[in-house]
Amino acid sequence: MHLILFFLFAGFCLAGAVNLLLQTHPINSALSLIVVMTSLAVLYLLLGAEFLAIAQIIVYSGAVMVLFTFVVMLLNAGREERTLGSRAATRIGFPAVVALFAVLSTIMLRAQGLGAARLGQGLSNAPGQSNLVLLSQVLFHELLLPFEVTSVLILIAILGAVAIARAETSPSGHAEGTTEK
Amino acid sequence: MTILAFFLWSLAKVAVVTVVMLMGIAYTVLLERKLVGRIQNRWGPSRVGPFGLLQPLVDGAKSFLKEDLIPTAVYRPIYLLAPIISLGCALIAIAVIPFGANMGPHGIDLFQISNINVGLLVILGITSMGVYGIALAGWSSNNKYSLLGSLRSSAQLISYELALGLSLVGVVLRAGSLNLRVIVEQQATLGAATWNILGGGQIVAFFIYLMAAFAETNRSPFDLPEAESELTGGYHTEYSSMKFAMFFMAEYGNMINVGCVATLLFLGGWTSPLGDLMPPFQSTLINAFLPIFWFVIKVFLFLCLYVWVRGTLPRFRYDQLMNFGWRFLLPLAILNIVGTSLWLAWR
Repeated sequence: MHLILFFLFAGFCLAGAVNLLLQTHPINSALSLIVVMTSLAVLYLLLGAEFLAIAQIIVYSGAVMVLFTFVVMLLNAGREERTLGSRAATRIGFPAVVALFAVLSTIMLRAQGLGAARLGQGLSNAPGQSNLVLLSQVLFHELLLPFEVTSVLILIAILGAVAIARAETSPSGHAEGTTEK
Repeated sequence: MTILAFFLWSLAKVAVVTVVMLMGIAYTVLLERKLVGRIQNRWGPSRVGPFGLLQPLVDGAKSFLKEDLIPTAVYRPIYLLAPIISLGCALIAIAVIPFGANMGPHGIDLFQISNINVGLLVILGITSMGVYGIALAGWSSNNKYSLLGSLRSSAQLISYELALGLSLVGVVLRAGSLNLRVIVEQQATLGAATWNILGGGQIVAFFIYLMAAFAETNRSPFDLPEAESELTGGYHTEYSSMKFAMFFMAEYGNMINVGCVATLLFLGGWTSPLGDLMPPFQSTLINAFLPIFWFVIKVFLFLCLYVWVRGTLPRFRYDQLMNFGWRFLLPLAILNIVGTSLWLAWR
């Protein structure tokens, strides 16, 4: 049962990713990315990480991708133009990508403590306890300081964005745009 | 329970709940027309059937029989997909909502399709996916009114989703779980006195949730996306026949979902407001259906509140809407979280 669902949604995920690259219209690419994100959430769910799955849907499919589609819609981006691409890219690029993928996956599977995850097992070190409890214990007890520092970092990023987006004011207090008119 | 039995039971539950939900949507429309009619000192629909009770069926038949126009300049695949996304998200959310305590023969959960231990987050996630239906409908219609309506609507949904989510955190803190059943059972010990809205001290959170929910479902006084006087029809201007009806049904389906969530989180879910004051009934049949009775009554009252507000309040201006969401509701929701946490820590 888990295996069937895994292959189904892994297929969706890969098809979405390939479609994302092949589509020429930006909005289709954005929608394919939503399919990829949502199928990834189902894969997390199959691995027993239900909180991560829902967070993936809320944050990535729900919030980040809405902004993506917004930008595409507002800029009214047209179709991309297709080029055939350079010959060197096809000859060297594809083997290089395959080699990189192979090396990375070997390293990840050999690394300490990591292994092939099993479907439908849940988090094995604490059976019967919800992800949420474990996750919050790690975040708010063991990693409290890094967590808070990260939140400060995000706050600084927000303040920076506000500072950049705000209209600059001239010494007399008028906004620059209005004085030029 | 074998996989086959599980599959068949789930199929049966899904079928029953979907049919009930669709009927609920149809009769919510009638409820709204009747109540708004009475508020405006007229009768509302009264010709078809006794008290106009068959009006929803006639309306449904009318939408089926209308000509299905597709304008020439629309972006077809997305234009056709958008109403399906909207209605789908509105109907899926009901899957995690429990209508009664976990009971039934052979470990079958009769009153809930799927008991997920992050049920509340699932509802929020599905709601956040529902934005796509509206955003894509407006964009693919290739019409300036549709695009403006869908932009307004998406901006409104994203802004108020924050306040909505934060208003629920107080309840989650009190229950210590995201499972909807646990949340209901935690507040059901003494009837209405321990409901989150009264004994739980979450009345501010309920107020924030109410406001944010009105905005989330694009209902008056936050119905700017479909402001007729400015935008003709908003995001569904170019839709006709059954596709328009799907958006319409999605709106009312979302109203019912919001009512169900408010009932579960603030009004004690399926439990009786009298608590132990009411002597238990002897009959098993009554005991099985009493939870559903209370649940439906609470959702019904919530829907009446919705209609009452629609019949009474004028529409916000756009800047007022954004100011209200970001400068009033959001800080208030954060204060509520801080207050609830302090209270729980001090207790």
